[in-house]
Amino acid sequence: MTLYDLYLISPQLAVASTGILVILLDLVFQRKGFLPYAAFAGLLVSLTFLVIQSVDLAGAVNLVDAVDSGAAGVLAGSLAVDRFSLFFNYLVLAALGLVTLASVDYVRRIERFRGEYFGLLLFSATGMMLLASATELITIYISLELTTLPLAALSAFLMTSKSSEAGMKFLIIGAISSAVMLYGMALIYGFTGSTQLDEIAVVVTSAAALDLPFGGYALLVGVVLMLVGFGFKISSVPFQMWVPDIYEGAPAPVVAFLSVASKAAAVAVLIRVLFTGFFPIALDWASLITVLAAASMTLGNLAAMGQSNIRRLFGYSTIAHAGYILVGIAAGVRTSGSVTGGPEFVSLGLNSVLFYLAAYAAANLTAFFAIIAVSQRTGSDLIEDYGGLVRRAPFLAVALTLALVALIGVPPTSIFIAKLVIFSAAVKSGLVWLAILGVINSVVSAYYYVRIVRVMFLEPPQEQEASGISPVAWFALTVSGVAMIGIGIAPGFVLRAAEIAVGALML
Amino acid sequence: MTLESMMIVAAIMFCIGLYGSLARRNVLVVLMSLELMFNGVNLTLVALAKYVVPVGIEDNIAAVLTGQVFAVFIITVAAAEVALGLGIVFAMYRNTESVDLANATELRN
Repeated sequence: MTLYDLYLISPQLAVASTGILVILLDLVFQRKGFLPYAAFAGLLVSLTFLVIQSVDLAGAVNLVDAVDSGAAGVLAGSLAVDRFSLFFNYLVLAALGLVTLASVDYVRRIERFRGEYFGLLLFSATGMMLLASATELITIYISLELTTLPLAALSAFLMTSKSSEAGMKFLIIGAISSAVMLYGMALIYGFTGSTQLDEIAVVVTSAAALDLPFGGYALLVGVVLMLVGFGFKISSVPFQMWVPDIYEGAPAPVVAFLSVASKAAAVAVLIRVLFTGFFPIALDWASLITVLAAASMTLGNLAAMGQSNIRRLFGYSTIAHAGYILVGIAAGVRTSGSVTGGPEFVSLGLNSVLFYLAAYAAANLTAFFAIIAVSQRTGSDLIEDYGGLVRRAPFLAVALTLALVALIGVPPTSIFIAKLVIFSAAVKSGLVWLAILGVINSVVSAYYYVRIVRVMFLEPPQEQEASGISPVAWFALTVSGVAMIGIGIAPGFVLRAAEIAVGALML
Repeated sequence: MTLESMMIVAAIMFCIGLYGSLARRNVLVVLMSLELMFNGVNLTLVALAKYVVPVGIEDNIAAVLTGQVFAVFIITVAAAEVALGLGIVFAMYRNTESVDLANATELRN
């Protein structure tokens, strides 16, 4: 391990050591008010390292390969520091920073263990950032658990019966799905003799020539079982059972973080595994992803309709959004009309996925920050208690309305552009029926999003319960709202960043 | 001992664990079943590491030991997982006075 190796993982190290530091500060000092700002300062350090790495990447594709292939290169093969991982690291850091600020009000309710709250958030973010860079199965597994375990602890953080039930469900279902994923990884290791994605790809290329499903039965079972673990993290059908329960029971800022950052990191590792490790057998797994996408979109939207709790509703809506994202991943492979007969890479599909994740992060964080602020005032998450919100808290109502309109995908919002790119990529890859199903689903989703808007603007107001919201929480809401509107008005910058990131992946 | 017999034993262990974690209602039994699943995977990995070494790298210790190292990592993480699980069981027990998952029904449609 040389100094250069430490530099390669410096953004993750900065976040992890900030987590330890925050817990220690919590032990030493009596006044706890500064803890979130200490966590935020650590994020700025991590951001600085990320910017330095981005500048360094100007002349190289992957910093790990560039200098690290020598004898001291302990990270070679297990981590990649390329533009793809940097894109997701920026996204996770941005989400973490905003959630940290939005938690300031929330943690006042928690009397003890405030330092641990921020520490666990930071550890989980470390796992997500590593997950975006991991190129080796053991590293992927460890980062996945580093992401999941702190989130399970955070879900149970309030120690109420609802919260501990949410934590228990998250932990057990997460552990089952990761055990199943491990069995798949073991079979892939047995078939290919390696756990590194680039070496796996070499073996898979020769296996693809065999006239077997996925190039061999061990690969078939291995890839399918691995998809279970990733499907759990991105909350796609049929591994979605935990989502609504955790969204209802866990602390609201944790849910905001879970719905945005955890999903983005899992999508990153799913793309990296499928497209760099198993691309020669893409025709086989692409059809599987297609089915998962169609099922997630449809089931998520249909189940969201009957919900009376707004956080449960968002739990189902996030399943539907996982479906749209999977459409983009399936669109990364042209399934018909290929010249060579083998799978053909369509970069537009993956570009659209990355853009969608950024747009969804901004819109969903805005919505959740508004929900946190409202439940701070009313102490309720029921949709009927949002009645007349526009008169009680006009700014909150307008922010939530804008976020909901964006989540429907009405032009000219950010998610409209994202969906447009995803569905046109699907058509380009020969998945016309999936694009049509996606459009129908978007229309259906308008029903339950608009219902919230109608309650806020047309129903009579509930009794007022005044309770202030701190300027920091307003700041977080404003920043995410501005980002959401900004991506909608000027999508060029994020689209270009997504293009560059995907370009680094498929060289 | 052939590779097949080890793989079959491991698969049986994994399936017993999967059944137990999905069907049993006592949280502690579920955590034990999870452990059984992880150990099924460990046995698979160790068996494969002994029998499946790619041609040409028999001298490369790092590559030969990958499966065993993977198993050690899984043992470590599974221990952390169960520790956290037991912590949450305590919180649950304090609220509901039971470790039965059938009583954990506050969150549903």
